[in-house]
Amino acid sequence: MIYKETGQFKSTYESDHSIFPLIQDKIAFNILMLVAFLVVPFFIDSYWEKAILIPFLIYSMAAIGLNILTGYCGQVSLGTGGFMAVGAFATYKIMTFFPDLNIMIIVLLSGVITAFVGILFGLPSLRIKGFYLAVATLASQFFIIWLFNKVPWFYNYSDTGQITVSERTMFGVAVTGANAPPYATYLFCLILVVVLGFAAKNMIRSKIGRSWMAIRDMDIAAEIIGVPPLKTKLSAFAISSFYIGIAGSLYFAVYLGALEVTESFDIMAISFPVLFMIIIGGLGSMLGSFLGAAFIVLLPIFLKNVMVDLIGLSAVTAKHFEITIWGLLMVVFLILEPHGLARLWSIAKEKLRKWPFPY
Amino acid sequence: MSLDKIQSIPYGKEIIKIKNISLAFGGVKALTNVSFEVKKGEVFAIIGPNGAGKSSMLNVINGFYKPTSGQINFAGEDRKEMIPEFAAKSGIARTFQNIALFKGMSTLDNLMTGRLLKQKQNFLMQALYFGPVQKEEAYHRDKVERVIDFLDLQAIRRTPVGSLPYGLQKRVELGRALAMEPEILLLDEPMAGMNVEEKQDMSRFVLTANDEFKTTIVLIEHDMSVVMDISDRIVVLDYGKKIGEGKPSEILKNKAVIDAYLGVAD
Repeated sequence: MIYKETGQFKSTYESDHSIFPLIQDKIAFNILMLVAFLVVPFFIDSYWEKAILIPFLIYSMAAIGLNILTGYCGQVSLGTGGFMAVGAFATYKIMTFFPDLNIMIIVLLSGVITAFVGILFGLPSLRIKGFYLAVATLASQFFIIWLFNKVPWFYNYSDTGQITVSERTMFGVAVTGANAPPYATYLFCLILVVVLGFAAKNMIRSKIGRSWMAIRDMDIAAEIIGVPPLKTKLSAFAISSFYIGIAGSLYFAVYLGALEVTESFDIMAISFPVLFMIIIGGLGSMLGSFLGAAFIVLLPIFLKNVMVDLIGLSAVTAKHFEITIWGLLMVVFLILEPHGLARLWSIAKEKLRKWPFPY
Repeated sequence: MSLDKIQSIPYGKEIIKIKNISLAFGGVKALTNVSFEVKKGEVFAIIGPNGAGKSSMLNVINGFYKPTSGQINFAGEDRKEMIPEFAAKSGIARTFQNIALFKGMSTLDNLMTGRLLKQKQNFLMQALYFGPVQKEEAYHRDKVERVIDFLDLQAIRRTPVGSLPYGLQKRVELGRALAMEPEILLLDEPMAGMNVEEKQDMSRFVLTANDEFKTTIVLIEHDMSVVMDISDRIVVLDYGKKIGEGKPSEILKNKAVIDAYLGVAD
């Protein structure tokens, strides 16, 4: 009943190709957008900003990026942390060199720089596949982190090795730095995620996305129908890195403000969690990127609330439990629902079509 | 070589000339001095016992294997080797003996991949997805819908091909090749593992494609009744050597071919 498709006819191919072919989805999405843009900014406080919404948006961006590479193009990558670090340091260096540049342009430029680095580390993907490629990208992760630690030029020769963001404004309101109001940082991230999310979805449903999926599903057949493997894989690496670089840039400039590379972009801090996000959310699904990010961001908060505030465990014990439960959930997901939350959602939709009168 | 050049060849003239092709993997000789010609617009069959080198021959034609010696003359131009992408651009499409579909994608998306080479918009335009891109998508969707109609695939348009039965998967694979609007269609055992009805359907599709779209068809098939019925000319390979070539009626009487299939009586 709720998801009734009956009576919704398409008379053009354009409307059949639309992102939300069902009117219910379209309405739900529009309501969500209205709430996100017009309601949330008025009620957001710094707890919601720093603990939930900003991390969710940034991780969503990183998850979209990794999903393009791993979910759609089938190239497993463990280098997410490294690429995010590239985005962060690119932002830092651009800020130092061009103090007057608009922050939006800085963030986008950082994405472009990361895209080029992504192409460089994507080159081995023509020769190696699967686990071996994962190990190669792992090497890129360690190399990039090492490089940013080793070469003082990247952190402007500061004594601590930390990089710190300076204040940048948009339309007269600070979006980076300590004085940025929660609604400004939130809206800044939200706009980037929505616009680039649509761009990703558009690429996925047109030529380039089909080339990626062709390479993922059977590279030999893809070659036969004229998909050049190297070019397609590198385009996936570039575009994926662009998104991840922007996520890294936001992570540094908007979220943390100051960071130290080893600690913030460690493989356990970024690469694995983002990979878990797309696995739990759903490989090869845009919705999955968001669901996975929400899950990974909210789960620790939920567990902490339950275990520390409700049951009264000490914070350290709760942290240990959290890691255990996390690992357990990973295994459960891989066994029970390898296609992730996005698949659960589509099953639910299928049920809702007939509810409450299944035949 | 451009597609125009291939299209300008008149029907009935040679489009592919295979000249003394040999192919060896180390000490194994898959093909030895094979020569034949395929004429534009005909249904050309390659037959032979198992391991005769038929699939290797197709792989040489569309650039998967590089021949050890010999040349392929393709639309009047000599070349020793091809790369698959180039073959696709010159209008050669093929299907595989073991189905090579994109299993995670729907039937519609699989057929749309056949149009990839014809889509010209760059990725930035695709990311924005307005006017020209939308028009291009709709145009190619229309072409693909024609193939869907032709092959009766309407009911499974949105089904992931991984979950389709074997016979339908074979048909979707033919559909993907046809969506490329190829000049030459290489079919590697299109009817393997099918029952009689499915074979009849497939033969009908192959013949109609040949008849209506004037596609040149090169096929490998083991079912002799099908081969004798639908092909215009046949070449027979055995142990990598050509042992016969001609019309079906001539092949049926060819002593060497009968010996290869049934063994030689002492």
